[in-house]
Amino acid sequence: MSDRIEKRIELQASPARVWRALTDYKEFGQWFRVNLEGPFVPGQAVRGKITHPGFEHVTWEAVVKKMEPERLFSFTWHPYAVDPAQDYSKETPTLVEFRLEKTATGTRLLLTESGFDKIPSDRRLEAFRMNDGGWTAQMKNIEAHVQDS
Amino acid sequence: MSRTRSPLLAKKHIHAPLFAALGDETRLSLLAELCSGEPRSIAQLTKGTDLTRQAVTKHLRVLENAGIVRSVYSGRENLFEFEPKPIEEIKKYIDLVSDQWNHTLARLKAFVED
Repeated sequence: MSDRIEKRIELQASPARVWRALTDYKEFGQWFRVNLEGPFVPGQAVRGKITHPGFEHVTWEAVVKKMEPERLFSFTWHPYAVDPAQDYSKETPTLVEFRLEKTATGTRLLLTESGFDKIPSDRRLEAFRMNDGGWTAQMKNIEAHVQDS
Repeated sequence: MSRTRSPLLAKKHIHAPLFAALGDETRLSLLAELCSGEPRSIAQLTKGTDLTRQAVTKHLRVLENAGIVRSVYSGRENLFEFEPKPIEEIKKYIDLVSDQWNHTLARLKAFVED
């Protein structure tokens, strides 16, 4: 069993276009569904309200790690930190890395999220319960939205 | 209802160092042995390996602290058995986050290719 998530996706868009979508905080907010208060700056925290229907009360927060133009964008965060009553700040966050590679047809995007071994087991359980309580339904909505657009 | 709580249940709220426990060849082989069937004694688990009884015991305690191995008693004999729940739980969690990424990346794709 791996303690990381790895995804690879081929995008029919130039690395410059993908880089902008990833690192311009307004563009990021549109597809990630978060209304960020300010730009991404390495070493700094960035936060904003989630714009997912049903999760508007939740503040999203990440700390930017690396920004190497058209190559690497990374941040740390607390995945599934969706309970406003819970203090997640003491937990070790996971590291999210977007790596871009230029291809003949556009850009290959490699996503990794690592560090799940540091997440308390209770939280994993909680996140799973959270999912049972409606996240699955939300995901179906998003899927429908993506397929329509 | 009064039930005897195993040390494992009492430790439920301690954050399980699951991956650390799994990141060792010897422990993985002990776990593989336990996964394949009946509870085993330390003597059974030591047999056929070049490990000492103490070493096997030490590794079993690490697995027990991570919640993936349980100590049970059969008469006076201390046996160890595999406990799949923590692994299933973390696998479900990672699958969940992974699934979320599929959707998020699909939105990114739609966004940049528009």
